[in-house]
Amino acid sequence: MAGNNPNSTPMNLTLKVWRQKNAKTQGQLVTYNVKEISPDMSFLEMFDVLNEDLLRQGQEPVAFDHDCREGICGMCSMYINGRAHGPEKGTTTCQLHMRKFKDGDTIVVEPWRANAFTVHKDLSTDRSALDRIQQAGGYVSVNTGGVPDANEIPIPKPIADKAFDAATCIQCGACVAACKNASAMLFLSAKVSQLALLPQGKVERKTRVENMLAQHDAEGFGSCTNIGACAAECPVGISLDNIAMLNREYISAKATSDNIG
Amino acid sequence: MSWFTKTFSSTIGRKLLVAITGLFLCSFLVVHLIGNLQLFSADEGVAFNAYTYFMTHNPVIRAMEIVLLLGFAFHIYEAVVITRRNQSARSVKYAVNRPEQNSNWSSRNMGLLGTVIFVFLLVHLYNFYFKLKFGEVSLDAAGNKNLYVIAVESFSHWWYVALYVISMIALAFHLIHGFQSAFQTLGLSHKKYTPAIKAFGYFFSIVVCAGFAAMPLYFFFLY
Repeated sequence: MAGNNPNSTPMNLTLKVWRQKNAKTQGQLVTYNVKEISPDMSFLEMFDVLNEDLLRQGQEPVAFDHDCREGICGMCSMYINGRAHGPEKGTTTCQLHMRKFKDGDTIVVEPWRANAFTVHKDLSTDRSALDRIQQAGGYVSVNTGGVPDANEIPIPKPIADKAFDAATCIQCGACVAACKNASAMLFLSAKVSQLALLPQGKVERKTRVENMLAQHDAEGFGSCTNIGACAAECPVGISLDNIAMLNREYISAKATSDNIG
Repeated sequence: MSWFTKTFSSTIGRKLLVAITGLFLCSFLVVHLIGNLQLFSADEGVAFNAYTYFMTHNPVIRAMEIVLLLGFAFHIYEAVVITRRNQSARSVKYAVNRPEQNSNWSSRNMGLLGTVIFVFLLVHLYNFYFKLKFGEVSLDAAGNKNLYVIAVESFSHWWYVALYVISMIALAFHLIHGFQSAFQTLGLSHKKYTPAIKAFGYFFSIVVCAGFAAMPLYFFFLY
């Protein structure tokens, strides 16, 4: 019954999509026309339609990252019309709907751009640099013993809430993509804050922030200059307060840790 | 590398230096502005020239002059190093980018604004500091070097006044981002105080820069 709803009128769109064979070759924007796109489709479903068309014509489909398609996994990326995850605030690309666009629109779609993220193919990028930052200290060591009772250590509700807000980071890399400096500090700060706020995480807080920042810098990400584009584009609303906390953690760790190397 | 040099060559360490020197330079702006308000006293520069004599002969001020020079040097050097690193963190640019939809122009263009201020600083130092130290300067009624007449003469040219006013606008935008950003970098963010810091930073930027810009405008239009 979609046809009865004037807002569901199918759209015809022009896409300019970044096509790149692999990390070693040069890429370019290629123009495609997609027809009969329902406004109720997600942006990724529109790409599914494009890819079916391409397959039917015997062409290589566009590679793009996706997994859960419900906004929680952080796999989907795409720089859409100059914005990470497109024009809508607080959404991932899979949760961006075609009703945000108009019939006849031209949409430019590029991969995340940062030297720390290499393009695998087309719109798919290698974001394992973020995994390596996480591996450098984004954990709590539990060396031995049985499973402790969940409520054994009392944590005030406001602190638990703050830690949870930081923990909502889905590691999609939109902060890096949107940052003028290609800095991953919003991501890094969410991981550092999440653990430094909690009693279990405080044990390793100094080595954690030192090692994670060292890995961030070694991966070739830029330095934060407090522009705020990251927080504005973050699909889960990670706040800049986390970056201030990261700075505090780093200053106090460097001033007081036993690490003199 | 020792832990100390490692700290201050990390991405956070370098911007800590930019933040600390930036706030120090803000304190210089306050002193410079208050002192120079004597340009407005209607005594043909006697008070201003006496103040100039004090500033060029007091040993504490002379020592602070070196600290100030170091402050500028570190602020500029660290900012240049950070900017170069940041530019090289993304070698393939976006074909279409809409940063104006997620951030402020001044926040994204601190390097450009800083460069305008740096060029202004060179012209400003040449015209006043350099002339006072090494040039032929007449003496006023009290026997002090008459820096006041140099100001009067300089600000009789429209293009010179325009350079000053444009530079002060650039400085205002630089400070509007920089003042609150320095506190964020130092980790001084708290829901009780951050709104006040941001509001004060805005007020500070506009009042200080308007105060400086008023001097060339006063001499050009009213003197």
